[in-house]
Amino acid sequence: MTAPTLEKREAGFADSPYITATFRIRRFNPEVSEHAVWEDFQIEIDPKERVLDALHKIKWDVDGSLTFRRSCAHGICGSDAMRINGKNRLACKTLIKDINPEKPITVEAIKGLTVLKDLVVDMEPFFQAYRDVMPFLITKGNEPTRERLQSAEDRERFDDTTKCILCAACTSSCPVFWNDGQYFGPAAIVNAHRFIFDSRDEAGEQRLEILNDKDGVWRCRTTFNCTDACPRGIEVTKAIQEVKRALITRRF
Amino acid sequence: MSADTTSAVGPVEGAHLYDVDNPAPLIEAPRKRTKKTPRSTRGNFEMAAWLFMRLSGVVLVVLVIGHLLIQLVLDGGVSKIGFAFVAGRWASPFWQTWDLLMLWLAMLHGANGLRTVINDYAERPNTRLWLKGLLYTATVFTILLGTLVIFTFDPNIR
Repeated sequence: MTAPTLEKREAGFADSPYITATFRIRRFNPEVSEHAVWEDFQIEIDPKERVLDALHKIKWDVDGSLTFRRSCAHGICGSDAMRINGKNRLACKTLIKDINPEKPITVEAIKGLTVLKDLVVDMEPFFQAYRDVMPFLITKGNEPTRERLQSAEDRERFDDTTKCILCAACTSSCPVFWNDGQYFGPAAIVNAHRFIFDSRDEAGEQRLEILNDKDGVWRCRTTFNCTDACPRGIEVTKAIQEVKRALITRRF
Repeated sequence: MSADTTSAVGPVEGAHLYDVDNPAPLIEAPRKRTKKTPRSTRGNFEMAAWLFMRLSGVVLVVLVIGHLLIQLVLDGGVSKIGFAFVAGRWASPFWQTWDLLMLWLAMLHGANGLRTVINDYAERPNTRLWLKGLLYTATVFTILLGTLVIFTFDPNIR
């Protein structure tokens, strides 16, 4: 009776899911140094786990000073966008096995925003751009007594851009935004698109006028970085092009 | 690379310059948006510039490829080009118009492209001002000089 159990345990031991992975994390602490430095952490982890789990493991078991944002940890809140292996992703939606754990996995803060500490950036300029496109329903006249009805086709028109979780992965992957923070950035345009093409909204013209400005949609260079970065699979560049098209066709 | 990675928490050269009460300056992002960022201005210049790039690009493909074929490939290639060849072509209003159109479109297309590059890459307002000033001066000079030559070309010049 003992032999099979032992065999089983040995077999289970041989195919242990754990591997040793190196995480190379960009650290910055203004209370210690003015420079940001790379720091390596080697941890034992199941490659089927996510990068966020690895960061938790480092923070909880290795170095408690590691600082990063995360809230829901399931790809809904958009708190943990970071640059993993040079590409913007959500740490909670990136499996370690998908990003080649044989080599060190680099993790750094998203670019184009001021780093406050380690992986935490100042999101204020990002949200300022979001507020500037008026991301709320604007209507004229009296408030109806019933809900504002909309056909399925009208809803489908802007369905893609309703998925945005404001994680800033797109905006901070945009090379124009890296060099000029005055540009609205993909996320603000996506959220303007969501209301411009909403049949219930009546301020589309106003939003188009805002995005027609010199820091609006015309600064987009269609590099598709935003579409590649979006963790929700929104076709960001397409949305920006649709806003451009609306701007051109409303006048001619 | 992994050899020279050091802990951010470890001792830093030159003793402890920074601490909790005296943190290091943050590395600010270039030209970041604030509440004071100018509100939208009316006007369609950026849209016109964007449209112009697309439309002039399409026309330029025809003009420039035609120009290169005539000047460099067909009928003996580059060796045939001389004063007489140019004089012969500019005797016809068709080639005058072709060259004039190509000059204006190519110069404005290129200048607009460079303007975009300056907007994207120059961070400080002063750098932008000077680079754009230089660009516009060079553009206006070249366009005016070229136009002058096309219109006042004299094949009997001595």
